[in-house]
Amino acid sequence: MQDCVFTVLSNEALTDTVYRLLLSGPCGEITAPGQFVNVSLPGFFLRRPISVCDCEGDTLTLVYKTVGRGTEAMARLAPEERLQILTGLGNGYDLTAAGDAPLLIGGGVGVPPLYLLAKRLIAAGRRPSVILGFNTAAEVFYENEFRALGVALAVATVDGSYGVKGFVTDALPKECSYFYACGPLPMLKAVCKTPFPGEVSLEERMGCGFGACMGCSIETKNGAKRVCKDGPVFKKEALLWED
Amino acid sequence: MGRLSVDLCGIRLDNPVIPASGCFGYGKEFAALYDIDILGTFSFKGTTLRPRFGNPTPRIAETPAGMLNAVGLQNPGVERVIAEELPAMRAFFHKPVMANVSGFSVEEYVETCRLLDREAQVGWLEVNISCPNVHGGGMSFGTDPAAAAEVTKAVKAVTQKPVIVKLSPNVTDITQIARACEAAGADGVSLINTLLGMRIDLKTKKPLLANVTGGLSGPAVFPVALRMVWQVCRAVQIPVVGMGGIATAEDVLEMMAAGATAVEVGAANLTDPFACKKIIEALPAAMDRYGIKTLSELKKG
Repeated sequence: MQDCVFTVLSNEALTDTVYRLLLSGPCGEITAPGQFVNVSLPGFFLRRPISVCDCEGDTLTLVYKTVGRGTEAMARLAPEERLQILTGLGNGYDLTAAGDAPLLIGGGVGVPPLYLLAKRLIAAGRRPSVILGFNTAAEVFYENEFRALGVALAVATVDGSYGVKGFVTDALPKECSYFYACGPLPMLKAVCKTPFPGEVSLEERMGCGFGACMGCSIETKNGAKRVCKDGPVFKKEALLWED
Repeated sequence: MGRLSVDLCGIRLDNPVIPASGCFGYGKEFAALYDIDILGTFSFKGTTLRPRFGNPTPRIAETPAGMLNAVGLQNPGVERVIAEELPAMRAFFHKPVMANVSGFSVEEYVETCRLLDREAQVGWLEVNISCPNVHGGGMSFGTDPAAAAEVTKAVKAVTQKPVIVKLSPNVTDITQIARACEAAGADGVSLINTLLGMRIDLKTKKPLLANVTGGLSGPAVFPVALRMVWQVCRAVQIPVVGMGGIATAEDVLEMMAAGATAVEVGAANLTDPFACKKIIEALPAAMDRYGIKTLSELKKG
């Protein structure tokens, strides 16, 4: 964990509500895909936890959705503006569990952390498949970025306006050695009901983002866990899903 | 005595800055970032007799210049705190620590304090009669002078350590509660705990917090806290630990000028993990700017 200043390189809209923010600054503490950073925004008391979409050298990519006043303020950030950011938060995905046919499953704004995961799996000699799920064609983002990595990619939309009609679970391959998922809770629950082993990244409202305030605790089979510090990635078998 | 040092109920602090309970865990996360021996002390996560998971999420909501929390006293229970957290703490904190205790009956407060009284690492017992986020305990003791006195007296009977009673601002007259605690034998009082508040998510028209209400903290509450500290300092003779929205060295000086012996820093640790370190480092220059030679002299004035 490190608290440092980043400089905005660019901030562009990918869809009506999803933006890509490129930042320059020290990324040394970001050690695993699936980790997040906590962004301090002028005029807002709490920081905004955002998953790491990509991280190469001293360039950090955050892809975020505008869901409230804080992220709307983020969307107005201009190049050269400076931001205080806590980096290297959370545990991240476990690459060692991938096996021969890892499957990456992202839904909506859960898609971004899977991009760095795909890159790292490829670098480790794995051949990941990717399923991205969205509500409708206008909300699809990062399809081209994933395609450029050369992964097997399927896109599903709930209304069928693009790709497979339905949910990510309607586009599952027959084989999967291990899945890595990030997305809305109903999607994560559905994915965990498949017979495949895997892990999911959870989202909670956070206070500190580094394990001090117990603001984001969940109950698991292994006792109370902090989503920010013990997670955000949890093994499927550790979770207590309430239906 | 150094320029920054103060005496809190017979124990010398190198400086008056104390991270507040619930905002510093058991110190581990912060000790990974800086040497927390630079602190005056810290008040560890509120401890109850039995383990508690606390409230469902969302437990946190943002407010203008602050935040609401409704964690609900999540902690592993006093036995595991003594068996696991205190021994672990010895590796990175080498000063007397403040043990924050909460309960749901007088008997629970007493038993938890009795167990912590045996721990040499514990310097003070901070008895929290003001948690707004649990039902049937916590704040209900802190809003009635007779109940506050009863807890204070019962706890005092089972410990040799100084007892600092943590007061709720959610009362008509906080000085009345403070006087009742003093008369019951409290060695000090700390204030303020959070102010009860809530927010509604307009997308769902429902409360943002799963617990509906939560405790407001952060710079938004500082003037309210300062006013209450001022009032209590003029109502009791025992030391007062001031807290509520402190974020800068100047805030510390204001609290001490109001009469506080020491201060606790809460929410600031959550938005800036280095907040207490920065405050301690900024204190000498801030004192120079306002012609303050020593902090103990500021309090006397």
